Amino acid sequence: MAHTSSHGSAASILWGFLLSLVLTALAFGAVMAGAVPRGAVLPAITLLAVAQLIVQLVFFLHLGLGQGRRGNTAIFLLTAMLIGIVVSGSLWVMHNANHNMSPTQMTIAAARNRD
Amino acid sequence: MSAAHHDDGSKTTLGFWIYLMSDCLIFASLFATFAVLAGNVVGGPEGRELFDLSYVGWETLLLLVSSATFGFAMLAMEREDRRALRQWLVLTWLLGAGFIAMEVHEFAALIAEGAGPQRSAFLSAYFTLVGTHGLHVTAGLLWLAVMIHQLSVFGIDAMVRRRLACLSLFWHFLDLVWICVFTFVYLRGAV
Repeated sequence: MAHTSSHGSAASILWGFLLSLVLTALAFGAVMAGAVPRGAVLPAITLLAVAQLIVQLVFFLHLGLGQGRRGNTAIFLLTAMLIGIVVSGSLWVMHNANHNMSPTQMTIAAARNRD
Repeated sequence: MSAAHHDDGSKTTLGFWIYLMSDCLIFASLFATFAVLAGNVVGGPEGRELFDLSYVGWETLLLLVSSATFGFAMLAMEREDRRALRQWLVLTWLLGAGFIAMEVHEFAALIAEGAGPQRSAFLSAYFTLVGTHGLHVTAGLLWLAVMIHQLSVFGIDAMVRRRLACLSLFWHFLDLVWICVFTFVYLRGAV
C-alpha cells in the first residue's frame, strides 16, 4: 500500500462502504423479510449495529491503536463507557419504577387500602 | 510522513473530537429517553403502524454514500486536487440535502396524519431524537456550503485543510448516530 495517510486510502473507504452496505442490508432484511425468528430479531439487529459502528469507526473515523490514533481511541472508549452507564442505567431504573409503582392489577382505591 | 510533524492542525482536530464525544452524550441521553418512552403511546399510533422501512432504507443509503464521497473528498485534498475536491464536496452536499428533504417530507406526513410530537410521549421522544440528528445534518450542510465557498476563495491552504478535517469527522459521526437511529428507532419499532 503506497498511499496510506491520516485520511486512509481509496481501498479502505471502499471496504468501509461495502461492509456498511452489507451490514445495513442484513439488518433491514432481518426485520422486513422476517428471515429471523421474532425473539432473535432484537439481538440480531443490535449485533449488526455494533458491527457497523466498529467498521465505520475504524474505516471512516480512523480509530485504532497506531501512533497518533491512541488519544482519540481512548477518549472514545471513555465516552462509550459513559454512554453505556447513561443508557443501561436509565432503562434499568425506569423499568424498576414502572414495575413497582404502576399497579395494573388493582384499582387505586384497593392499592390505598392495602397500607 | 515527516511533513506531518509540524503544525498540521492535529491539536484542533483532537479538540474537535472531544466536542464530538460530548455531542455523543447528548445523543445518548436522547436515545435513553426514547427507549424509556417508546412504549407510552396513550392509545395512539405505534411505530410499526407509522414507519415505512423501505423509505428509511433509502434515507440510510443516501447518508452512507455521502460518507464514502466525503472520504474521497479528503483523499482529493491530500493529492492537492482542488477540482476533484470541489466535485466530491458538492456531491456530498447533494446527498446530504436529499437525506434532509426525505426527512422533512417524512415528518410532514406524520404530522399531517395526526402523529405529531404532541400526540404521545413516544412521538415527542421520536421527534426530539430524530429531529436533533436532522438539525445536526442541516448544520453540516451549511458548514459544507461555507467550505465549498472558502475552497474557491483560498484554495487548499492550511486553514481550509484543518476545517475540512473537522467537518469530515462531524459528517462521519452523524452517520454513526444514524446507524443507532435506524436500528433502535425504526427497525426496533417495527419488530
